[in-house]
Amino acid sequence: MSDADPSDAVLAGARAAAPIALVVAVFGASFGVLAPAAGFSPAAALVMSATTFAGSAQFAAVSVLAEGGSLAAAVAAALLLNARYGPIGLSAAPALRGGPARRFFAAQLLVDESWAIAAGPSGRIAPRRLLGAGGALYLGWVAGTAAGLAAGTAVASPAALGLDAAFPALFLGLLAPLLRSPAGRRAAAAGAVIGLALTPVAPPGVPIIAAALGAFAGAARS
Amino acid sequence: MSAAWAAVVLVGLGTAALKGAGPLFFGGRTPGERLNRLLEALAPALLAALVATSTAADGGRLALDARSAGVAAAALLLAFRAPAIAAIAAAAAVAALVRAAA
Repeated sequence: MSDADPSDAVLAGARAAAPIALVVAVFGASFGVLAPAAGFSPAAALVMSATTFAGSAQFAAVSVLAEGGSLAAAVAAALLLNARYGPIGLSAAPALRGGPARRFFAAQLLVDESWAIAAGPSGRIAPRRLLGAGGALYLGWVAGTAAGLAAGTAVASPAALGLDAAFPALFLGLLAPLLRSPAGRRAAAAGAVIGLALTPVAPPGVPIIAAALGAFAGAARS
Repeated sequence: MSAAWAAVVLVGLGTAALKGAGPLFFGGRTPGERLNRLLEALAPALLAALVATSTAADGGRLALDARSAGVAAAALLLAFRAPAIAAIAAAAAVAALVRAAA
Protein backbone atom coordinates (compact mmCIF):
# COMPACT_ATOMS: atom_id res chain seq x y z
CA MET A 1 0.00 0.00 0.00
CA SER A 2 1.59 3.27 -1.04
CA ASP A 3 1.08 6.55 0.72
CA ALA A 4 0.58 8.38 -2.57
CA ASP A 5 -3.14 8.82 -1.90
CA PRO A 6 -3.38 8.95 1.88
CA SER A 7 -7.17 9.17 2.26
CA ASP A 8 -7.57 6.15 0.01
CA ALA A 9 -5.19 4.13 2.16
CA VAL A 10 -7.10 5.10 5.32
CA LEU A 11 -10.36 3.99 3.67
CA ALA A 12 -8.81 0.77 2.41
CA GLY A 13 -7.63 -0.05 5.92
CA ALA A 14 -11.05 0.69 7.39
CA ARG A 15 -12.73 -1.40 4.71
CA ALA A 16 -10.41 -4.34 5.28
CA ALA A 17 -11.11 -4.17 9.02
CA ALA A 18 -14.89 -3.56 8.81
CA PRO A 19 -16.10 -7.18 9.04
CA ILE A 20 -13.79 -7.93 11.93
CA ALA A 21 -14.82 -4.64 13.59
CA LEU A 22 -18.37 -6.03 13.75
CA VAL A 23 -17.07 -9.17 15.44
CA VAL A 24 -15.04 -6.98 17.81
CA ALA A 25 -18.22 -5.01 18.63
CA VAL A 26 -19.98 -8.20 19.75
CA PHE A 27 -17.03 -8.98 22.04
CA GLY A 28 -17.10 -5.37 23.25
CA ALA A 29 -20.77 -5.86 24.12
CA SER A 30 -19.96 -8.97 26.12
CA PHE A 31 -17.26 -7.00 27.96
CA GLY A 32 -19.88 -4.33 28.68
CA VAL A 33 -22.14 -7.00 30.18
CA LEU A 34 -19.41 -8.76 32.15
CA ALA A 35 -17.60 -5.77 33.67
CA PRO A 36 -20.42 -4.45 35.92
CA ALA A 37 -20.86 -7.96 37.29
CA ALA A 38 -17.22 -7.76 38.39
CA GLY A 39 -17.72 -4.50 40.28
CA PHE A 40 -16.84 -2.10 37.46
CA SER A 41 -19.04 0.99 37.20
CA PRO A 42 -20.28 1.65 33.65
CA ALA A 43 -17.91 4.64 33.49
CA ALA A 44 -14.93 2.51 34.53
CA ALA A 45 -15.77 -0.15 31.93
CA LEU A 46 -16.17 2.41 29.17
CA VAL A 47 -12.98 4.29 30.10
CA MET A 48 -11.12 0.98 30.13
CA SER A 49 -12.29 0.10 26.61
CA ALA A 50 -11.49 3.62 25.37
CA THR A 51 -7.99 3.77 26.90
CA THR A 52 -6.71 0.18 27.11
CA PHE A 53 -8.27 -1.01 23.82
CA ALA A 54 -7.06 -4.58 24.16
CA GLY A 55 -9.82 -7.15 24.50
CA SER A 56 -8.13 -10.19 25.98
CA ALA A 57 -6.30 -8.12 28.61
CA GLN A 58 -9.50 -6.35 29.67
CA PHE A 59 -11.38 -9.64 30.01
CA ALA A 60 -8.46 -11.04 32.01
CA ALA A 61 -8.33 -8.09 34.44
CA VAL A 62 -12.09 -8.15 34.96
CA SER A 63 -12.31 -11.90 35.51
CA VAL A 64 -9.40 -11.99 37.98
CA LEU A 65 -11.11 -9.27 40.06
CA ALA A 66 -14.51 -11.00 39.69
CA GLU A 67 -13.03 -14.21 41.09
CA GLY A 68 -11.75 -12.32 44.12
CA GLY A 69 -8.16 -12.00 42.92
CA SER A 70 -5.96 -9.11 44.05
CA LEU A 71 -5.46 -5.90 42.09
CA ALA A 72 -1.81 -6.88 41.51
CA ALA A 73 -2.83 -10.25 40.07
CA ALA A 74 -5.39 -8.61 37.76
CA VAL A 75 -2.92 -6.02 36.47
CA ALA A 76 -0.15 -8.60 36.05
CA ALA A 77 -2.41 -10.98 34.09
CA ALA A 78 -3.55 -8.16 31.80
CA LEU A 79 -0.08 -6.76 31.16
CA LEU A 80 1.39 -10.21 30.53
CA LEU A 81 -1.24 -10.71 27.83
CA ASN A 82 -0.28 -7.33 26.38
CA ALA A 83 3.47 -7.96 26.50
CA ARG A 84 3.33 -8.86 22.81
CA TYR A 85 2.63 -5.20 22.08
CA GLY A 86 6.28 -4.50 22.91
CA PRO A 87 7.60 -6.29 19.81
CA ILE A 88 4.52 -5.33 17.78
CA GLY A 89 5.17 -1.65 18.60
CA LEU A 90 8.82 -2.10 17.70
CA SER A 91 7.85 -3.53 14.31
CA ALA A 92 5.62 -0.51 13.66
CA ALA A 93 8.23 2.02 14.83
CA PRO A 94 10.03 2.60 11.51
CA ALA A 95 6.73 3.39 9.75
CA LEU A 96 5.42 5.85 12.34
CA ARG A 97 6.76 9.33 11.68
CA GLY A 98 6.19 12.79 13.15
CA GLY A 99 6.91 14.05 16.67
CA PRO A 100 7.18 11.82 19.74
CA ALA A 101 3.61 12.49 20.94
CA ARG A 102 2.18 11.77 17.51
CA ARG A 103 4.14 8.50 17.24
CA PHE A 104 3.08 7.48 20.76
CA PHE A 105 -0.62 8.10 20.10
CA ALA A 106 -0.59 6.48 16.65
CA ALA A 107 0.83 3.38 18.35
CA GLN A 108 -2.25 3.17 20.58
CA LEU A 109 -4.25 2.05 17.53
CA LEU A 110 -2.15 -1.11 17.42
CA VAL A 111 -4.10 -4.24 18.24
CA ASP A 112 -3.40 -7.68 16.79
CA GLU A 113 -5.95 -7.23 14.02
CA SER A 114 -5.04 -3.66 12.96
CA TRP A 115 -1.34 -4.52 13.02
CA ALA A 116 -1.86 -7.64 10.91
CA ILE A 117 -4.07 -5.77 8.42
CA ALA A 118 -1.66 -2.82 8.17
CA ALA A 119 1.47 -4.96 7.78
CA GLY A 120 2.21 -5.83 4.20
CA PRO A 121 3.83 -9.10 3.13
CA SER A 122 7.19 -7.54 4.03
CA GLY A 123 5.96 -7.09 7.60
CA ARG A 124 6.27 -3.33 7.26
CA ILE A 125 3.38 -1.23 8.55
CA ALA A 126 1.51 1.16 6.24
CA PRO A 127 0.67 3.99 8.69
CA ARG A 128 -2.44 5.25 6.86
CA ARG A 129 -3.80 1.73 6.64
CA LEU A 130 -3.15 1.32 10.37
CA LEU A 131 -5.10 4.52 11.01
CA GLY A 132 -8.11 3.23 9.01
CA ALA A 133 -8.05 -0.32 10.38
CA GLY A 134 -7.27 0.72 13.96
CA GLY A 135 -9.92 3.44 13.87
CA ALA A 136 -12.62 1.04 12.65
CA LEU A 137 -11.72 -1.56 15.29
CA TYR A 138 -11.58 1.12 18.01
CA LEU A 139 -15.07 2.33 17.11
CA GLY A 140 -16.37 -1.25 17.13
CA TRP A 141 -14.81 -2.00 20.52
CA VAL A 142 -15.92 1.18 22.31
CA ALA A 143 -19.40 1.28 20.73
CA GLY A 144 -19.84 -2.44 21.47
CA THR A 145 -18.85 -1.89 25.11
CA ALA A 146 -21.35 0.96 25.40
CA ALA A 147 -24.09 -1.18 23.84
CA GLY A 148 -23.37 -4.02 26.26
CA LEU A 149 -23.47 -1.63 29.23
CA ALA A 150 -26.75 -0.15 28.01
CA ALA A 151 -28.38 -3.52 27.33
CA GLY A 152 -27.13 -4.95 30.62
CA THR A 153 -27.72 -8.42 29.32
CA ALA A 154 -26.08 -10.36 26.56
CA VAL A 155 -27.96 -9.82 23.31
CA ALA A 156 -25.97 -12.61 21.75
CA SER A 157 -23.18 -14.76 23.09
CA PRO A 158 -20.04 -14.48 20.91
CA ALA A 159 -19.28 -18.17 21.48
CA ALA A 160 -22.77 -19.33 20.45
CA LEU A 161 -22.33 -17.38 17.20
CA GLY A 162 -18.93 -19.03 16.69
CA LEU A 163 -17.29 -15.60 16.66
CA ASP A 164 -14.31 -16.80 18.71
CA ALA A 165 -13.25 -18.68 15.56
CA ALA A 166 -13.28 -15.48 13.52
CA PHE A 167 -10.00 -14.12 14.93
CA PRO A 168 -7.79 -17.16 14.18
CA ALA A 169 -9.44 -17.33 10.73
CA LEU A 170 -8.53 -13.69 10.07
CA PHE A 171 -4.95 -14.24 11.26
CA LEU A 172 -4.70 -17.37 9.10
CA GLY A 173 -5.78 -15.39 6.04
CA LEU A 174 -3.13 -12.74 6.75
CA LEU A 175 -0.51 -15.39 7.48
CA ALA A 176 -1.03 -17.33 4.22
CA PRO A 177 0.88 -14.96 1.88
CA LEU A 178 3.78 -14.78 4.35
CA LEU A 179 4.30 -18.54 3.97
CA ARG A 180 5.53 -18.19 0.38
CA SER A 181 9.09 -17.41 1.47
CA PRO A 182 11.28 -20.00 3.22
CA ALA A 183 12.13 -17.49 5.96
CA GLY A 184 8.42 -16.84 6.51
CA ARG A 185 7.69 -20.57 6.76
CA ARG A 186 10.54 -21.08 9.25
CA ALA A 187 9.39 -18.19 11.43
CA ALA A 188 5.76 -19.35 11.32
CA ALA A 189 6.65 -22.94 12.22
CA ALA A 190 8.82 -21.75 15.11
CA GLY A 191 6.09 -19.41 16.35
CA ALA A 192 3.39 -22.10 16.26
CA VAL A 193 5.59 -24.70 17.97
CA ILE A 194 6.77 -22.33 20.71
CA GLY A 195 3.23 -21.07 21.29
CA LEU A 196 1.74 -24.55 21.60
CA ALA A 197 4.62 -26.02 23.62
CA LEU A 198 4.43 -23.30 26.27
CA THR A 199 0.63 -23.11 26.51
CA PRO A 200 0.22 -25.91 29.09
CA VAL A 201 3.08 -24.72 31.30
CA ALA A 202 3.25 -20.91 31.10
CA PRO A 203 0.76 -18.23 32.19
CA PRO A 204 -1.50 -16.81 29.42
CA GLY A 205 0.35 -14.32 27.23
CA VAL A 206 3.79 -15.81 27.82
CA PRO A 207 3.61 -18.33 24.92
CA ILE A 208 2.89 -15.50 22.47
CA ILE A 209 5.68 -13.21 23.65
CA ALA A 210 8.06 -16.22 23.70
CA ALA A 211 7.12 -16.95 20.07
CA ALA A 212 7.98 -13.35 19.14
CA LEU A 213 11.31 -13.48 20.97
CA GLY A 214 12.03 -16.90 19.41
CA ALA A 215 11.51 -15.42 15.94
CA PHE A 216 13.90 -12.56 16.77
CA ALA A 217 16.50 -15.03 18.01
CA GLY A 218 16.12 -17.24 14.92
CA ALA A 219 16.37 -14.33 12.48
CA ALA A 220 19.39 -12.88 14.29
CA ARG A 221 21.30 -16.14 13.89
CA SER A 222 20.40 -16.79 10.24
CA MET B 1 -10.23 4.53 44.53
CA SER B 2 -11.94 1.18 43.97
CA ALA B 3 -9.98 -1.83 42.75
CA ALA B 4 -11.85 -1.55 39.45
CA TRP B 5 -10.72 2.03 38.81
CA ALA B 6 -7.20 1.21 39.94
CA ALA B 7 -7.16 -1.64 37.41
CA VAL B 8 -8.46 0.68 34.68
CA VAL B 9 -5.66 3.20 35.34
CA LEU B 10 -2.80 0.70 35.82
CA VAL B 11 -3.72 -1.60 32.91
CA GLY B 12 -4.35 1.45 30.73
CA LEU B 13 -0.99 3.07 31.51
CA GLY B 14 0.89 -0.23 31.20
CA THR B 15 -0.72 -1.07 27.86
CA ALA B 16 -0.10 2.43 26.48
CA ALA B 17 3.55 2.13 27.50
CA LEU B 18 3.90 -1.31 25.89
CA LYS B 19 2.31 -0.17 22.63
CA GLY B 20 4.05 3.19 22.54
CA ALA B 21 7.60 2.38 23.68
CA GLY B 22 8.90 1.16 20.31
CA PRO B 23 7.47 4.03 18.24
CA LEU B 24 8.44 6.59 20.93
CA PHE B 25 12.10 5.58 21.14
CA PHE B 26 12.73 4.16 17.66
CA GLY B 27 10.00 5.83 15.59
CA GLY B 28 10.57 7.17 12.09
CA ARG B 29 14.04 5.70 11.74
CA THR B 30 14.84 3.52 8.79
CA PRO B 31 15.93 0.23 10.32
CA GLY B 32 19.25 -1.30 9.33
CA GLU B 33 19.39 -4.51 7.33
CA ARG B 34 19.86 -6.60 10.46
CA LEU B 35 16.92 -5.10 12.37
CA ASN B 36 14.81 -5.36 9.22
CA ARG B 37 15.36 -9.11 9.14
CA LEU B 38 14.23 -9.39 12.76
CA LEU B 39 11.09 -7.36 12.11
CA GLU B 40 10.23 -9.37 8.99
CA ALA B 41 10.35 -12.57 11.04
CA LEU B 42 7.94 -11.15 13.61
CA ALA B 43 4.74 -11.13 11.53
CA PRO B 44 4.72 -14.82 10.49
CA ALA B 45 5.88 -15.99 13.94
CA LEU B 46 3.36 -13.96 15.88
CA LEU B 47 0.46 -14.69 13.53
CA ALA B 48 1.26 -18.42 13.55
CA ALA B 49 1.48 -18.42 17.37
CA LEU B 50 -1.86 -16.59 17.63
CA VAL B 51 -3.51 -19.01 15.19
CA ALA B 52 -2.05 -22.09 16.89
CA THR B 53 -2.86 -21.09 20.45
CA SER B 54 -6.35 -19.83 19.66
CA THR B 55 -7.14 -22.94 17.59
CA ALA B 56 -5.70 -25.81 19.59
CA ALA B 57 -5.75 -24.49 23.15
CA ASP B 58 -8.52 -23.78 25.61
CA GLY B 59 -7.25 -21.80 28.56
CA GLY B 60 -4.06 -23.48 29.74
CA ARG B 61 -4.48 -26.84 28.04
CA LEU B 62 -4.25 -28.10 24.49
CA ALA B 63 -7.64 -29.11 23.14
CA LEU B 64 -9.49 -29.45 19.87
CA ASP B 65 -13.05 -28.14 19.99
CA ALA B 66 -15.72 -26.35 17.97
CA ARG B 67 -13.40 -23.41 17.41
CA SER B 68 -10.73 -25.72 15.97
CA ALA B 69 -13.31 -27.10 13.51
CA GLY B 70 -14.17 -23.55 12.46
CA VAL B 71 -10.53 -22.63 11.85
CA ALA B 72 -10.02 -25.87 9.89
CA ALA B 73 -12.92 -24.86 7.62
CA ALA B 74 -11.29 -21.46 7.12
CA ALA B 75 -7.95 -23.09 6.30
CA LEU B 76 -9.63 -25.29 3.69
CA LEU B 77 -11.29 -22.30 2.04
CA LEU B 78 -8.06 -20.27 2.09
CA ALA B 79 -6.21 -23.20 0.50
CA PHE B 80 -8.67 -22.92 -2.39
CA ARG B 81 -7.99 -19.18 -2.58
CA ALA B 82 -11.35 -18.11 -1.20
CA PRO B 83 -11.50 -14.47 -0.05
CA ALA B 84 -10.62 -13.80 3.59
CA ILE B 85 -14.13 -12.65 4.46
CA ALA B 86 -15.59 -15.97 3.25
CA ALA B 87 -13.06 -17.87 5.34
CA ILE B 88 -13.92 -15.80 8.44
CA ALA B 89 -17.66 -16.29 7.93
CA ALA B 90 -17.19 -20.04 7.40
CA ALA B 91 -15.08 -20.32 10.56
CA ALA B 92 -17.80 -18.67 12.64
CA ALA B 93 -20.61 -20.68 11.02
CA VAL B 94 -18.86 -24.04 11.45
CA ALA B 95 -17.86 -23.27 15.06
CA ALA B 96 -21.43 -22.24 15.89
CA LEU B 97 -22.90 -25.37 14.24
CA VAL B 98 -20.47 -27.76 15.92
CA ARG B 99 -21.13 -26.07 19.26
CA ALA B 100 -24.89 -26.26 18.79
CA ALA B 101 -24.65 -29.94 17.85
CA ALA B 102 -22.42 -30.83 20.81
